[in-house]
Amino acid sequence: MTGIIQQIVFVIVLIGGITIFSLKMKKIIRNIKLGKDLDLSGNTGQRIKKMLLIAFGQKKMFKNLIPAFFHLLIYIGFIIINIEILEIILDGILGKHRIFFSDLGMNATLYSFIINTFEFLALGVIIACVAFLIRRHFLGIKRFQHSDLKRWPKLDADIILYVEIVLMGCFLFWNASDQSLQKIYASGGGTPENAAIYVETGTFYLSSLLMPLLSGMGEGSLILLERTMWWGHIVGILIFLNYIPYSKHFHIMMAFPNTYFSRLQPQGEIYNMPEITREIEMMMNPDAAQSGEEAPPPSKFGAKDVTDLNWKNLLDAYSCTECGRCTAACPANQTGKLLSPRKIMMDTRDRLEEIGNNIDKKGADFEDGKSLVSDEYITEEELRACTTCNACVEECPININPLDIIYELRRNLIMEESKAPGEWNSMFTNIENNAAPWQFSQQDRLKWKDDLNDENK
Amino acid sequence: MSEDKMTVPTMAELLAKGEKPEILFWVGCAGSFDQRAQKITIAFVKILNKLKIPFAVLGTEESCTGDPARRAGNEFLFQMTAKTNIEVLNAYEVQKIVTTCPHCFNTLKNEYPALGGNYDVVHHSTFLQMLINEGKLKVEGGQAFKGKRITFHDSCYLGRANNIYEAPREVLETLDAELTEMKSCKTKGLCCGAGGAQMFKEEEKGEIRVNQKRVNQALETKADIIAAACPFCMTMMTDGVKEKDKQESVKVYDLAELIADAQNL
Repeated sequence: MTGIIQQIVFVIVLIGGITIFSLKMKKIIRNIKLGKDLDLSGNTGQRIKKMLLIAFGQKKMFKNLIPAFFHLLIYIGFIIINIEILEIILDGILGKHRIFFSDLGMNATLYSFIINTFEFLALGVIIACVAFLIRRHFLGIKRFQHSDLKRWPKLDADIILYVEIVLMGCFLFWNASDQSLQKIYASGGGTPENAAIYVETGTFYLSSLLMPLLSGMGEGSLILLERTMWWGHIVGILIFLNYIPYSKHFHIMMAFPNTYFSRLQPQGEIYNMPEITREIEMMMNPDAAQSGEEAPPPSKFGAKDVTDLNWKNLLDAYSCTECGRCTAACPANQTGKLLSPRKIMMDTRDRLEEIGNNIDKKGADFEDGKSLVSDEYITEEELRACTTCNACVEECPININPLDIIYELRRNLIMEESKAPGEWNSMFTNIENNAAPWQFSQQDRLKWKDDLNDENK
Repeated sequence: MSEDKMTVPTMAELLAKGEKPEILFWVGCAGSFDQRAQKITIAFVKILNKLKIPFAVLGTEESCTGDPARRAGNEFLFQMTAKTNIEVLNAYEVQKIVTTCPHCFNTLKNEYPALGGNYDVVHHSTFLQMLINEGKLKVEGGQAFKGKRITFHDSCYLGRANNIYEAPREVLETLDAELTEMKSCKTKGLCCGAGGAQMFKEEEKGEIRVNQKRVNQALETKADIIAAACPFCMTMMTDGVKEKDKQESVKVYDLAELIADAQNL
């Protein structure tokens, strides 16, 4: 391809990649807004601090050092190596080669220092990805072998790791082929006009170790390799960008808003239902009710489907990276019950995607007659197994709250569907009639005092 | 001490005398009715009496806080119960509440404010810790526990729900016993299986009961005593120890019982 065609193709690919990504993001934001309102404004300072510590600083990951270390390698690697994307994009649009060095006059020592840093980080990413593949497949870690991870979620996790290895490989082989070309021109060989492009950059240590692999290649095939790796790297990144919103890898973006909006109240606190408070106040004080404002329209209590949840619950669902730390810590799951907090999040997201797709294909009014609490998604048995111990909430590295969703679904089961185990109904009746969950009279609440005084007579 | 009659005044009695206690001791349903938990209540009252801390209970005016109803999903029942309690508490102008139940503690402290009930609520583990730190509570009979191994079982509603991990441990440290931790402790503490209204129903189908799994962890520490700070954990751990037929060698006690015992109360 000649220069100008390459530039045009590059601009089209770049704009195309970013446009498709933006359209998908628009849909996801629309889907999240299908959730009920929840006012999480204010406390900006506290929220920013939380986001910086937990998302940016990965504080909660460091509860477990080995995965935290490898995760950090990939994270730093990706963030820093992506600075190189800026140069690649400028080169692509302007038809330049290593524009920071060739046209913007960056000092050779500095330039090779930067690229060398990127290369070591790239190696770090490759090592971490390999370590993660081994962890995931061969170390018998229960949360990775769990029944939640079938088909797509299982494949997805592997695709991410392989793609990251390939992207880093492209970067290293791009540099290796570039240096092989530089070597040819430095020794006076090759086509003179190409020699002006592949100017000497100084040694990139890691990729230079790959040069012997390319030693048999001539100028033409080296240029082809160099171009393929360059295009492979940038097109790979654009494809990956568009893959992310369909993948558990979405957490790399969503972790930031998700931790920002995460709960500031103690974990033990359940969100109050003001609509019920209003009804009870009217029951207890009918005079005030008559003089007060008109009763709000009756709403559904709790959540049966994802659109009955609040937008933060839905943001949580899109942020989940399916690591399964929640499920591994869940006392119900550890003892063989059906409940898995990770599955609560995955089901919420999958159901929301289903509703979103229905809106796109069949219009906003389309009802498919399904719901989140159903045999297809979350069952009553799962919801009933929860001890509300907050272990899942505590574990999540990006402050996802599966318990919030469980509470909302339980509220609907009890208050709308009247579905409760018989023992719970007895407990409710006892609280209502005797002011205690057991069948004891409220008049006997001080009987223990008699025992105490008998003992002390 | 045992010569004296224990005093447990109610708010109503004190009001009739024109008095107001420093603290309201919220006994809770388990503390009132459960035979095992009653012993925790009594131990705590003995400590309050010994230290001459002016307190009162609500007695027959106390109701369930509504915690199990709310966590099961019955928000109506929770709010009705909560509103009734708040009316009683506000009528007595209660300011400070101490409770031996982490579930009552969490609900009163974190969930009543949204319904108009604002109190300074303290769990008895924190309360005991404060008394120790202020030098008011001196555990001199701590010899009784010399050479014993104690492992503390974190209650979810103290720990993760409210970030109280150190207070109960500091209380146990005064006993001059050897403290040992279970495999899962503090933020990673494993639930006893009773929370979220599970206490009031059969567990869902599974491979093992939650309390059995937790008791296995406790027994692995080779502790002589499992210390708890929650009446529901008490039931679950006691049952689990019995199922393992270890009730002779491993005892489950509440913090208040251990402190009262160390003081020969």
